Amino acid sequence: MNKYSVFSLVRNAMSYHENWQKAWRSPDPKKEYDVVIVGGGAHGLATAYYLAKECGITNVAILEKGWLGGGNTGRNTTIVRSNYLWDESSAIYEHAMKLWENLSQDLNYNVMFSQRGLLHLAHNVHDMQEIGRRGHAIHLNGIDSEFLTPEQVKEIEPTINLDCRYPVLGALLQRRGGSARHDAVAWGYARAADDMGVDIIQNCEVTGFDIQDGVVKGVETSRGHIGAKKVGVVTAGHSSVMANMAGFRMPLESFPLQAMVSEPLKPVINTVIMSGAVHVYLSQSDKGELVVGAGSDNFVSYSQRGSFDMMDHIVGPLKELFPFTSRLRMMRQWGGIVDVTVDRSPIITKTPVENMFFNCGWGTGGFKATPGSGNVFAHSIANGELHPIAAPFTMNRFNTGALIDEGAAAAVAH
Amino acid sequence: MLVIKCPFCGERDQTEFTCHGEAHIARPENPDELTDEQWGDYIFFRQNIKGYQYERWSHDHGCGRWFNALRNSVTDQFVDTYKIGEEKPAIPSDEGK
Repeated sequence: MNKYSVFSLVRNAMSYHENWQKAWRSPDPKKEYDVVIVGGGAHGLATAYYLAKECGITNVAILEKGWLGGGNTGRNTTIVRSNYLWDESSAIYEHAMKLWENLSQDLNYNVMFSQRGLLHLAHNVHDMQEIGRRGHAIHLNGIDSEFLTPEQVKEIEPTINLDCRYPVLGALLQRRGGSARHDAVAWGYARAADDMGVDIIQNCEVTGFDIQDGVVKGVETSRGHIGAKKVGVVTAGHSSVMANMAGFRMPLESFPLQAMVSEPLKPVINTVIMSGAVHVYLSQSDKGELVVGAGSDNFVSYSQRGSFDMMDHIVGPLKELFPFTSRLRMMRQWGGIVDVTVDRSPIITKTPVENMFFNCGWGTGGFKATPGSGNVFAHSIANGELHPIAAPFTMNRFNTGALIDEGAAAAVAH
Repeated sequence: MLVIKCPFCGERDQTEFTCHGEAHIARPENPDELTDEQWGDYIFFRQNIKGYQYERWSHDHGCGRWFNALRNSVTDQFVDTYKIGEEKPAIPSDEGK
């Protein structure tokens, strides 16, 4: 792999940028792999990368039905934070945050990680109590968070309307929170994994699993049978479909979650802003577009669209909090299919099928966890036992009752 | 915006309704004899079908009553809605569509 640097930029400028090496190969699938990862989103690509880098397993294939990062990786609002309530959640999201902080150097690929700060607004007494409780819990776990008065919020975000219908009473600020470029995350992981020998196979749909005596032996795909000693399934909204193919059920329901971007503006929003009470979250991309999202639809759907009434729920609070947006035009709107658990925490688990592992249930907030999720999932697959950080997130918790109830704690924007 | 046919009130706007997930899951009659596995399966585990799925809905901002529906989760098309206790409609074959 040619290293990206200022020197390679100059060198390639000499040949009018026509001789850049391809970022990854497009090999034909081999007969068998040590590990097959189903799903070429950022979590799957990160899993393959850490398998090769930290576990020494390079005979790995990633099978992707469409194109890399074309699912939820390309459909989220790119928010990164680690301000969760429970110890288990803190551990995994902070693990991810620490990996984010060195990711561009690690991958030799600029993922445009920007720790611009993340504001969680409080609009009522319950909100104030919630951020108080969560802020202190976060401190106890050694993660940064600060309580702000409305005046301090106004200092950071001069365009905010504090005295709106539900006035802003305070906020929780995580200065290390922020945003990253979603496509770059997928491409960076893909390029670095490919360099270590991982085969990335796109346009290859998994249509079934080859299971003999309760042990997975391979996958059936649109490009034929591919043998596998171990299989890791990282298919987000389609995890239930995969589980049904393998003969078991998951504690998941899939909903469309939509987001939208505005026309580009000059820099106006300085941080990532989330509000659970009026229900909107937004940030400004480096292109200048406001990236805005809110709630998911409340019925199971794989339509990748999202309901019309939810759009109204997004732009209403946006206009209330930031009146300057009232004449702003929205350029694009899209939906992604999120796999939601009842406790709003992910599932990283072994399954009833031996040597088959699932990493799913990230629901409405998987993007921020990408490096941590891939890292602990890779170790779990390599060792055959769940990584200590992943262990509480086993599917078995829905039978034992040891749920990790972030639903109320993390409020809205995951 | 979807238009949903309430079996009691007729066609109404989607925003009047709430979905309550998979239908026809019978509560176990012997809860104190169930293992943790069986109890967890009943409460949390779902088929989450991509395609035709039977669901429970309620007409919250209307008559307030619950009913069942057969809906395609890929196209969001409602095939039919029916009252609780009525026989469920057959899943249509997609041939010729």
